[in-house]
Amino acid sequence: MKINVVLSAAAAFLCMVSNLQAQEKQALYVKSLAATCANCHGTNGKAVEGSNIVSIAGLDKVYLVAQMQAFKTGTRPATVMHQLSKGYSDAQIDALATYFTAQKK
Amino acid sequence: MTESVASNRRAFLQSSAAFSSLGLGGLAGCASMSGVPSKAKVVVVGGGYGGATAAKYVRLLSDYTIDVVLIEPQQAFVSCPMSNLVVSGVRQLDFLTIPYSGLSKNHGITVIKDFADSIDTIKKTVTLRSGSIIAYDKLVVSPGVDLMFDSVEGLKAANASGQILQAWKAGAETVALRQQLQAMPDGGVYAITIPEAPYRCPPGPYERACVVAGYFKSAKPRSKVLILDANPDVTSKGMLFKKVWAEQYQGIIEYRSQHKVTAVDAKAGLIKFDVQDDVRANVLNVLPPMRAGAIAVQAGLNDQANNRWCGVNFLTFESTAAKDVHMLGDSTQIAPGMPKSGHMANNHGKVAASAIVAQLSGWEVNPAPMLTNTCYSFVDHKNVVHVASVHAYIAAEKTFKIVTGSGGVSVGPTELEGVYALNWASNIWADTLA
Repeated sequence: MKINVVLSAAAAFLCMVSNLQAQEKQALYVKSLAATCANCHGTNGKAVEGSNIVSIAGLDKVYLVAQMQAFKTGTRPATVMHQLSKGYSDAQIDALATYFTAQKK
Repeated sequence: MTESVASNRRAFLQSSAAFSSLGLGGLAGCASMSGVPSKAKVVVVGGGYGGATAAKYVRLLSDYTIDVVLIEPQQAFVSCPMSNLVVSGVRQLDFLTIPYSGLSKNHGITVIKDFADSIDTIKKTVTLRSGSIIAYDKLVVSPGVDLMFDSVEGLKAANASGQILQAWKAGAETVALRQQLQAMPDGGVYAITIPEAPYRCPPGPYERACVVAGYFKSAKPRSKVLILDANPDVTSKGMLFKKVWAEQYQGIIEYRSQHKVTAVDAKAGLIKFDVQDDVRANVLNVLPPMRAGAIAVQAGLNDQANNRWCGVNFLTFESTAAKDVHMLGDSTQIAPGMPKSGHMANNHGKVAASAIVAQLSGWEVNPAPMLTNTCYSFVDHKNVVHVASVHAYIAAEKTFKIVTGSGGVSVGPTELEGVYALNWASNIWADTLA
């Protein structure tokens, strides 16, 4: 009985650890995807001071998704974003927007 | 990532580091007398766009739990992108020069100013010119290109004497080429030769021709620019450049394809070709064929294209020639549509960093990495055109391919893109080095 309790507690702990690791792994993948925006928009979406390329860190998620979709469909004119936005799926755009909205401005 | 998850990961990595190396995981415990650590989890050779980015992103993506040593012989980073603005006299070299202190101060990277003399991929060590040896768990090699001066008769000596410059690796030669152009009399000819693709920065030579022509147009209007290209046609942004040459630089720029340089005579100002007639010019700017940097050759990582480039597994950028070695940037055998550019090298660095963090954490690597490329070219001192693309890893083909429908080029040169080009530079420099 005692052993069972200990074992199930250990199993629960291991399960928790593996869930945490799965979350961390997923977070790493999203960060890696977001890093493809950082060349122009700054690390973690924070552009350098005075940049004419906008910071996207901390912007509203709905706004970010809407802009990417507008670039994709051509309703928002751009010099380059209409070409880059078309490289990302809707699911990727959603993941990117979720990530950048959570970053410090 | 929540704080609890982050601290869990930190604890996991710290304990695994302690176990795996019997307590030698940290840098503090094993620094030698010279301040060079004898061991690091990750060692990066080369602090260009690829290596510096990989170093920073291993730190970022591991929540600062994985120690990184960066080995770079230069005192500071000097950007090749934007260096044509120094050639044309619009900017000074300090505009392109960025210290490595951001990587050490902001990210705790141990930056060692030294030359990596050799790599032993079996013992997993790097030997520095100073004699120090650093052991690694994971190695990143981002050496850039070496210029094959020996492949053009007379070029090595002419370059060493400063008579015929490449100015393709930004630095002292960039400034020297500017001085040659300033010293050239009005009515003179500046000739730039382009090697067969692939070479570093496909549109770079055409951009250089444009901005030099822009300088001539205002300062030496009787002078000419001659582009002597080994390739059958312009290799990048061809329609855009040809339109600019016809409309903006008629009578100044002349483009000749299929001109493969075989020899130079610096004294006579002469360039010889395999088939075409000799060409005389006042300023000769000869770009010889390129290959992976010397350290990749020493370590036997140059396993592709007659040993010119380094093969990688594109999922992780691990070398196809050695385990636990990740190759980045211009030295790699490229995937279809993948240019040898600084922006691309920065993106290689991020994919490799993500894979390294996953592997050292015992996780499956990101199965679907992505890359972007945006490359701006000045056609005069303020108008700019670009080429852009998005690349996705295709598991079935084990390579990157341009996402269908993504990417493209400018409609034409604009000042607005000139603003974005300069902002691209300041942001990618910060993303790479700050």
